[in-house]
Amino acid sequence: MKRLLIGLALLAVLAVAAGFALLAWQRGLSDATPPSTVPVSLERGAYLAAVGNCAGCHTARGGARLAGGRPIPTPFGTVFSPNLTPDATGLAGWSADDFWGALHFGRSRDGRLLVPAHPVTNTTLVTREDADALHAWLQAQPAVAAPRREHELRWPYGSQLALAAWRALYFKPGIYRADPAHDAAWNRGAYLSQGLAHCSACHAGRDALGGDRGAADFRGGLLSGLGWVAPSLLDPAEAGVQRWPAETLRRWLHDGYAEGHAALGPMGEVVLGSTAALNEADLAAMTAYLRALPEQAVARPEGAEPNPRRRERGAGLYRDHCAACHGERGEGRRDASGAFAYPALAGSRTVTQASAANLIRVIERGGFAPATAGHPRPYGMPPFAGVLGAEDLAALASHLRESFGHRAGEVDTVEVLRLRSAAAAH
Amino acid sequence: MASLLVRLLTALLWAPAVLAQPVPDTLAQRALACTGCHGKEGRAAPDGYYPRLAGKPAGYLYNQLLNFRDGRRDYGLMSELIAPLSDAYLKELAGHFASLDLTYPPPQKPTLPAPELARAEALIRTGDSARKLPACTACHGERLTGAQPTVPGLLGLSRDYLNGQLGAWRSGQRRAKAPDCMEKIARTLTEAEINAVTQFLAGQPMPADAHPAPALATPAPVRCGSLEP
Repeated sequence: MKRLLIGLALLAVLAVAAGFALLAWQRGLSDATPPSTVPVSLERGAYLAAVGNCAGCHTARGGARLAGGRPIPTPFGTVFSPNLTPDATGLAGWSADDFWGALHFGRSRDGRLLVPAHPVTNTTLVTREDADALHAWLQAQPAVAAPRREHELRWPYGSQLALAAWRALYFKPGIYRADPAHDAAWNRGAYLSQGLAHCSACHAGRDALGGDRGAADFRGGLLSGLGWVAPSLLDPAEAGVQRWPAETLRRWLHDGYAEGHAALGPMGEVVLGSTAALNEADLAAMTAYLRALPEQAVARPEGAEPNPRRRERGAGLYRDHCAACHGERGEGRRDASGAFAYPALAGSRTVTQASAANLIRVIERGGFAPATAGHPRPYGMPPFAGVLGAEDLAALASHLRESFGHRAGEVDTVEVLRLRSAAAAH
Repeated sequence: MASLLVRLLTALLWAPAVLAQPVPDTLAQRALACTGCHGKEGRAAPDGYYPRLAGKPAGYLYNQLLNFRDGRRDYGLMSELIAPLSDAYLKELAGHFASLDLTYPPPQKPTLPAPELARAEALIRTGDSARKLPACTACHGERLTGAQPTVPGLLGLSRDYLNGQLGAWRSGQRRAKAPDCMEKIARTLTEAEINAVTQFLAGQPMPADAHPAPALATPAPVRCGSLEP
């Protein structure tokens, strides 16, 4: 008995020691990357901040730009973005080395590990030169006093030990290394997409601990707390663009709209905050990279039990509410220039994706494509939340997913309710 | 020459099919995304009251769009819908609704006794200087139809809507750019006063000229963020 107790105590001591060793290791990560010797360009910093959409997360709704405070829902609780302006409550006094620590090692100036909502697996790929330009630009922004709000994460997810363990599993610091098998444009596109633009922050397929398979994990997944699915970029039936003409993708990234494809919800935000700002060369590079992604089909869950009465009800709802804009046969409607004013639903991937989440979301809450310089006055869709209940939504979605030649599987009311609960912040 | 003719003929034959009834390039067409809920003249729905937009001052409508987008007013569907739109486009949409001239619903018959309604009218027309309450008419116009460019009219609105808005101001659910004069006013009024004032307002027929006054008749008696450029 006594021996068992001593053994248990020893084990406990070892576990604690291992935890602290893990923490010390993660906090002590270092490398020999010297500060950049290239003269720092504020203009470059501003451009990179736009590409990375720093302000997207680090600005609260209606709040001062980059002053933080935006709640970001995660499966583990809500995190609040910190203030990036050079105020005492933000990054005042941060050296280029301190900033490098945050971007490259995911570590705050005081050594604390940042939560992975800060996409450290992406930002670690950023070069020192780019990090220094970003740092200089951030330090040149107007200082705004905005005290940080503590994260509201469930125990133990927010603890430093848990973060150290997460990082040991999923994070390895390292600047992007060019793949010699591809040309310079592809590599530039990969550097941007995997790094600053942090596409995988949403498009990764995450496991139960929120871990991904690296910065090129584009398998797609549900954005918990937002209710949108970030569809796979690897599957052309989801959001893969392997078979899109380059010009269509270029325009879509730049304008948020091309050939009736609209960037909706969080992706509209990304277009406005990031890809619309890409210069021609980077736009071409990102286009080349995304079109060259390997193709990999997502697993399609089995649809609901086919139910002709449900589909019939959906067909009626379609005639009453949708056909005037989207056409009797889902063919969409065009403006006088020949461009789609209202997208075709026949062949639409939002309709046929493995998950019906985005389709139901758009029907329920409506939407506009982002108003961009290239597409400044989008036509929009009204929300139908006040008109269509869960059963109606299931019927309409089932009709759409099984009409116009689609075989995407039906949706039942339970699925609609399940998706709604996923949209509620945890 | 022959090939050109063939191409022209083909174009003529195809054009009507491809461009059959193009979607009109108008704000009215674009505004259908709004009137789905708001209706032409406002609409009561099971999930709430969607106020009329037609004929309200453009600056007022624009300010409300910014208030929703930036979180000073809180209605998820509305904020989400307009989040990806630019200031310029929102201004255009506001201008579109402001330019509409539609009839107003008939007044709602008040249920309060006449003396209480008379007191409400006195409060509306003269305010209460002891409590620093300005007259409603000082900003919302002698005819209470609002004033360009940012002060909304108070007539032609339902009692429920008026009560809802004043209540939202008291609870902080509805805000405007600081200094938020209406918040102060709504918090100073008693609940009984709010009830009487909204009964009176909703009970008024629209004046012959229902348009907002072209400008404030006199400088505003209180500072309001939404009056400032």
